[in-house]
Formats: sequence, structure tokens, C-alpha cells
Amino acid sequence: MRVNYWSISSSGIALILAIPLFVVVANIFVPAGEVWQHLAETVLRDYVVNSLLLMVGVAIISLTLGVGTAWLVSMTEFPGRRVFEWALLLPMAIPAYIIAYTYTGMLDFAGPVQTTLRELTGWGYGDYWFPEVRSLEGAAIMLALVLYPYIYLLARAAFLSQSLCVLEVSRSLGNGPWRTFFSVGLPLARPAIAAGLSLVLMETLADYGTVQYFGVDTFTTGIFRTWYGLDNAPAAAQLAAILLLFVVVLVTLERYSRRQARYHDSGRGKSSLTRLPLHGWGRLSATLFCLATLLFGFLLPAGQLGLWAIDTYEEMIDQRFATLVFHTLELAVLASLLALITALLLNYARRLQPNRTVRFAVRAAGMGYAIPGTVIAVGVVIPFGWFDNTLDSWMREQFDISTGLLLSGTLAALLFAYLVRFLAVSLHAVESGLERITPSMDEAARAMGERPAAILGRIHIPMLKGSLITALLLVFVDVLKELPATLILRPFNFNTLAVRAYELAADERLADAASAALAIVIAGLIPVILLSRSLSQSREEKK
Amino acid sequence: MKTELELKDVAVAYDGNTVIKEVSLSLQPGEIGCLLGPSGCGKTSLLRAIAGFEPVSHGEIHLNEQLVSQPGNSVPTEQRRVGMVFQDFALFPHLSVAKNVAFGLKKMDAGQRDARVNELLQLVGLAHLKEAHPHQLSGGQQQRIALIRAMAPRPDILLMDEPFSSLDTELREQLAREVRELLKRDGITAILVTHDQLEAFAMADVIGVVGEGRLHQWDSGYNIYHKPQSRFVADFIGQGVMLPGKVSEALAIDTELGTIEGKLPLGCKPGCEIELLLRPDDVLHDDESELKLEVKERAFRGAEYLYTLALPSGQPILCLVQSHHHHRIGERIGIRLDVEDIALFPAR
Repeated sequence: MRVNYWSISSSGIALILAIPLFVVVANIFVPAGEVWQHLAETVLRDYVVNSLLLMVGVAIISLTLGVGTAWLVSMTEFPGRRVFEWALLLPMAIPAYIIAYTYTGMLDFAGPVQTTLRELTGWGYGDYWFPEVRSLEGAAIMLALVLYPYIYLLARAAFLSQSLCVLEVSRSLGNGPWRTFFSVGLPLARPAIAAGLSLVLMETLADYGTVQYFGVDTFTTGIFRTWYGLDNAPAAAQLAAILLLFVVVLVTLERYSRRQARYHDSGRGKSSLTRLPLHGWGRLSATLFCLATLLFGFLLPAGQLGLWAIDTYEEMIDQRFATLVFHTLELAVLASLLALITALLLNYARRLQPNRTVRFAVRAAGMGYAIPGTVIAVGVVIPFGWFDNTLDSWMREQFDISTGLLLSGTLAALLFAYLVRFLAVSLHAVESGLERITPSMDEAARAMGERPAAILGRIHIPMLKGSLITALLLVFVDVLKELPATLILRPFNFNTLAVRAYELAADERLADAASAALAIVIAGLIPVILLSRSLSQSREEKK
Repeated sequence: MKTELELKDVAVAYDGNTVIKEVSLSLQPGEIGCLLGPSGCGKTSLLRAIAGFEPVSHGEIHLNEQLVSQPGNSVPTEQRRVGMVFQDFALFPHLSVAKNVAFGLKKMDAGQRDARVNELLQLVGLAHLKEAHPHQLSGGQQQRIALIRAMAPRPDILLMDEPFSSLDTELREQLAREVRELLKRDGITAILVTHDQLEAFAMADVIGVVGEGRLHQWDSGYNIYHKPQSRFVADFIGQGVMLPGKVSEALAIDTELGTIEGKLPLGCKPGCEIELLLRPDDVLHDDESELKLEVKERAFRGAEYLYTLALPSGQPILCLVQSHHHHRIGERIGIRLDVEDIALFPAR
């Protein structure tokens, strides 16, 4: 029996990547003593209730924005539709914690909105009521404003793939356009919308920056507080495990919906779509609805960041900022390369040895995308710390040498956490590239006398190039935006743009944070551009 | 004369499950062979074994009189000098048409390579598409490029896996004729796999009917149609009915349609219960004939009608008639038999 290196290496990778998950789950059985008792009696209920309320709020708002805009741009005709089709993706570029503090700066007492209001009315402090952004409702709005594009993307694709015939059958049976939408179009798109919604809710659960800044007690903030405030690792891990339960439900929902979506997909897309032309008020409100979504989700906050950055960049962009950028780039480049190499290895294992073990290992290795950064960080710190301590005491006993902390608080720990969290992104990008190289292309090359190594060089590398660059870019940007895992795992005195922006904002230096934040948003535009390009490509192919 | 391809008692297995076995066949240089069978019959596995993509679990494969496959020992595809045309054409999307065709011409210098590419492109009339990329070509053009790409390095044998199945029906026949002409002109030995018998008849000199994991017959198109050696071949190829009968003392066959004389296959003894394969073209329409049968069904096929007639016992027979002979269902029409080749099978 031949040793199967592909099976062994892919299962090995999957196992290593699953360590954080195992650790978190295993900690359920470690007694956390009085701390847990204390948590359960005081704050646990708040964490559950707040997290649930936040999810409900985000769901309602993001569904309204996502499904509404998706239907308008895919099924109707109104001024600006072509621009909105891609522009509605722009809010994805802004991390939730950045839009959160931008709105805080705009809407608080000293901000431009209230100042203008007072100037116009002559009111003073305490004369009027103004909604508080830094609240649970505020957090829900902030998260929904930047997360709705997930729903928009999937719902739009679902509406476009609906067979025109099905809709025409409904029209021919006497249903008007609105009735047709609610009785046929929407139900057919429901699985896709549910898949989008579960992604939105996963991001909501994973969010730390927004809820922390707004002072809303949820699981992620609870994990941080238990970790740093109470210094109790098992209790933090147990909170993380409960959070994981929520995630498991969402992942199941997402998987199930995607399967359903395949059944609901009536196959061939329509060749020519007759969009519903809107008139009068309908026309105006369609444009206004899309414009408002874009305005509040991207244009206003990005513009405000720009204004602040212009005010403060002279003080902020200095030697320290350069170090910051350098550190961030270093991390992001290393993490994206690491993820790319791992993704290539796993994808080739699946291509060359598509047995059950390998297929399962590849799927397991991609699970991290669903796990909140906080949970991964906790699952990394505990085993790495244990390893360092064990090695240190063993070396001291045997050789009287102290090895100190080898892994904890190093870049290695941080890179490992990024790999766990973002591997799915590069796995997917490489997979979609590799799918284009059909097995018969390999065979055709071999029949023409090429050895496997030469096939890699003459066919695979040139054909994969684009996908590899995409894989690198996407992970690069994700690392740039990542906040909670970086906060927990970064080496002492090591800052990234995201951490710096967060720290400055936490110190109420909102304007000073703008340069770092704007840099993140601009980088975040890269995946949006890639996405909108693939949108217009699929439109070309439909023609 | 030398043999270009020879299979001796070959079997192919996946994960211990034998998909095809006991295959022996040979092709002379310049001959075009065809493996014909329903989908899932193992014909593609056989082709892939000849190409070297699958190992054989039993037997031997010889290419150009050299042993290339036996159990536990297989010359890699890249050293076999085979050309292969795939069902999906497998053109490299990142390379231009010219570069696709030149892909296998590593050992030539640039001048020779260019000359060979131009020659082949002209052969299929696509010289103007030299710099185009595969996605800009139509299905038929892609097929021709895939063909000349496989021909370019002058392989010992050209293997074609359902080469026309992704094309429109009209285009298929035209291309099959073109490709045959091309292969014959260059004297290329080839073997193709298909499930379409018309394609097989149009392309091949020798046809192998594959079914139920075996090669049933390796023969000319005429013989597999008129002299099938197994029930499977008789059923799979063309149309026809099985007419029950009995071998008489005079070594003729007594059937409900009368006595049929002719050369009987070996092994038929008087008194044997048999079934006779009756093709629609064995039954001629003749208004003068005494033998009149009732029309049960008719199918218009353009140049002819295919009538289904019923014998007194209810046994149906098929009859092909020029299409200006109109007869209504229920009418009785005269027929006579013209059975040139007698194909007999033991009664079931």
C-alpha cells in the first residue's frame, strides 16, 4: 500500500487549523470556578439578550436595504440604475467600527449636525431631544449599513437567474407586477436571501469594534472583559463556546439555504430581460431609495473621514504612521502569502487525490470564516501559552535554561489566527481558478508529450495567475480590516492601522483617527472593484 | 503488414470493479476504428487505457508493435506518441489558436513549427483565425483546432473521445465526413469512441460494438448491421424484429412468413428452435405479392415510410417503403422477403 502524502498533509493542515476550535470547545469542561458563577448571575443574560436584539435589528434593516435595492436594480428601470448596480457594493469597503465612530463624530453634541441644528434654531444644550447613536439601535443601524451588500449580492444574482418564463407565467395568469414579485419572485429568491442574511448575522456576531465603542454588552465584548478584566481564560473560552453555538446555527442555515438555492435555481438565465419601467413617483422613489442607501452607507461617512483627514493629516502622518503602515503591510503580506500557499496545497490535494479524507479535510480547513476573531484569538492564546510554559519548565528542569515565551505574543501567533480565519477566502479564490483547468486539459497536454512538471509551468501557472492575485488581495484586505484578534494577539507595542484607528477613536480623537481609517477604507475598495468587475463580466456573458 | 494497435484480452478496472474485459482487437496503419456502445458501457475506459490514462488490470496493449500496457506496468501517456481529441476539446484558453496547435511541437525549431501550424490550419481552412483565442471560435471551429492540435506532432495513433457529441446534429455529420477525409489523406491511424451509430458508419473502417463490459464484435459496418454475432449487437444497431422459426430437414428456416432459404450459420441442426433477425430493409413492399399484412403504425421519415405490419399471430414486422407509397393504418399491403444475410439466434 502506497503512503498517500496528499491525504496525510491535507488532514494535518486541517487538524492544526482546528486547534483553536478544539481548545474553545474543550474548555467547556474546565471548571472556571466562581467567575463563571458570577458571570452567569450578572451579565450572561445581558450578553444573550443584547446579541439577539442586535441580530434582529441588523436583520430587519439589512433585509430592507439589501432585498429592496437588489430588486430595483435587477428588475426595474430607473435613472441611475447602471451606476447603482455596482455602487451599492461600496459600503462593503468600510469596516463597521469605522462607520460607527464616524457617525458618532458627525452626530454627537459637538458634531456638525447638532451644531448646525442649534445655529438654525437658536436652541442650547438640553433644549431639544436628539437620538443617541451610541446605543443598541445605533449599533444595529451601523452594522446593517455596511453589511447589507451581502444580501444585495446574493439576492440580485437570484433575481437575475430567475427564469423569465416563471415570471411571465404569473403575469399571464393575471397577476400584476407587484403580486408577481411577492408571490413568485420573492419566494424563489428566498434561499439566496437567507444565505446572505446568515452571512450578515455571522459578521454581526463577530463584530467587536462597534459594540465595544457603543458600550453595548454582547458576547464579544464579554469575552474581552472576562479575559482582561477578570483574567480568567476558561471563563472567556466558555463564553466563546456559547457564541460558537450561535455560529453553528447560522452556518447550518447558510449551508441549507445554499442547497435550497440550487434547487430553486430554474437553470438557464433569461436571454433578454424586459425590466419593469417605473414612472412618476415610483421612478423618483426608486432612485431616492438607492441613493439614500449609498449616501448613508458610503458617501457621507467616507466624505467625513476625508474632511477629518485633510484637517489632521499633517500631524498624524509622521514617522510613527510610516512604521504603522509598514507593520500593517508586513502582516498582511505575510498572512496572504501563507494563506495562498496553504490554499494551493489543499486545492491540489483535492484535485490530484479526490478521496473522502482529502475532501473532508479541505472543507474543515475552510470553516474558520464563520468563527468570530475573538473566539479564534482565545483558542490561539490558550494552547500557545500552554506550549510555552510547558517547554519553559521542562527546559529549566533539564538544562536550567529558560526559554521564555516562544510563541505567545509573537507574529507567529497572529499569523496563525489570520490563517484560521481567512483561509476560506483564498481557498475559494484558488478553487474557482483551478476549476477552469479541466482534467482533459491536463490529459491533452500529456498526450502531446508533456511531463507533469512542464504542464504546471505551461498551463496551470499562466491560467491560475489571475485567481492567485485575487486570493492574495482578498486576504490582504481582510487582514488590514481585522480588529479583535489583532487586539488580543499582537506583540507588545506592535500596532496596525486598524488597531491605531480604534485606539484613537476610543480616546475620542475621532478626527485624528481619520487618516488610518481612510487608508483602510481605500484598501477595502479593492475587493469591491474586483466584485463589481465580475458582476459586469457575468452581464457580458449573458448577452 | 505491421499492426499499429493491438489489444490482447484487455481488462480495465476501477477500484477493483472491472468495467470492461476480454477485449482483443487490432488496427492496421491508416485504418480508422470505432468503439460504439451505449453510455456507461466501458468504451471510454478502453480508449483511456490505450492512451495510458488508465492502467489495464489484465492483458496487453501494443502500440506500433511495442508493449505499452500490461498489469502493473504502463508507459506514461507522454511517451506513447498518441494524439487525443477530447469531448470538451480541452483547448487551452490562455493560448492563441496557433499556440494551441504548436503546443506539442517542442522538438521542432521555430521555422518548422510555424510551417507545420500553417499547413494544418490551411488544411481545415482556419488560417485566418491563427491569432484568435479559443473562446472566440464557434463549436465547429474549436473541434477542428482540437483535431489538428492532436495531429500536429504526427502521433502513431489518434484517439478521439466522442469528438462530435458537443456539436449540433447537422454539423456533426458534415464534420465526421470532413474528418474522415482528412485522416485518410494523411494516412493516419485513428480510433474514436461514440454512441452514435450513424457517426460510426460515416467515420470508421472497423467498428467494435461494446456493451455490458465486453467487446461483442469487431467488424465492418455492413457486417455488424447485417451479420450481428450477438443479440446485443442486433438490438443496439439499427432497427428490426426477431422472427421465431425452426430449422427444417432441408436446412431452410420455417417461419410464419414462409420458408427462408440461404446460407445458414454453422452449428444449426434440423429441428433447432431459432429466432431470425429481420431488418426493415429485408422486407420489400410489393403490391403484386400474395402475402398481405395489415398496417398497424406508420412513421414518415422524409424519403421513406417505416411501416409496422402485423402477422396473423400478432407478431410485428418492420417494412421500409419509399415515401410516395401511401397506405393508411388498417390497410393490408403486399410484401415479400429479400433476406440476403441470415442472422440467427437461439430461441429465448
